Amino acid sequence: MRITVRYFGQIAEITNKEKEVLEFSGHTISELMESLYSKYTLLKTKDFQVAQNQELVALKTELTGQEIALLPPFAGG
Amino acid sequence: MKDKKPKSVFKEGAISSEFIGNSIYKHQTKTSIGAHNIFLGQVRADVIDNKTVSAIEYTAYEEMSNAKFHEIREAAFEKFELTCMHIYHSLGKVNVGEICLFVFVSSPRRKVVFEALEFIVEAIKADVPIFGKEIFEDSTHQWKQNN
Repeated sequence: MRITVRYFGQIAEITNKEKEVLEFSGHTISELMESLYSKYTLLKTKDFQVAQNQELVALKTELTGQEIALLPPFAGG
Repeated sequence: MKDKKPKSVFKEGAISSEFIGNSIYKHQTKTSIGAHNIFLGQVRADVIDNKTVSAIEYTAYEEMSNAKFHEIREAAFEKFELTCMHIYHSLGKVNVGEICLFVFVSSPRRKVVFEALEFIVEAIKADVPIFGKEIFEDSTHQWKQNN
């Protein structure tokens, strides 16, 4: 399936991009993360949460496509 | 009448004192209001490892942030007897001493606005995907983290 992955803040510094579109055959967020960890090895050193279609999700969550975002710690206010 | 329509929260750069003053002025026509409460977040010149912060550059996952701001607004109106509320947050660079967050709540009576303001500000800090790059005077940076 085709997934848009978005990166923010210090995560975007590691990936060196804010967005990419991936063809991915896995079924869970966790599988997608493994794929991203092998592509961007420094990701493993960073603290972040994952949002699927703008909602925070756990790693075991089923991948339903559309938009995944890697969100480093929030700093609003 | 409750002021519930979706609003644009993000503003480019610092929030000016003129804008804040004008917002207060605009509420003089809403005569059911008896109490306002305002929170202003200001960029602080933190000193970290002998380096001083000179500005914060804000970015956000804007679509999700707008959804979260909407949820916070709905929850605040549900929980407290508010006449209206306004939230503005900066994007882009805000220098130390400038305002990056402006939350404004109004109600017929005072007790409600104290509680409502704290609820809203804490929710913004915890739940809205906004990211802050703290830029030091020597142009290096680190990433801010709410706690």
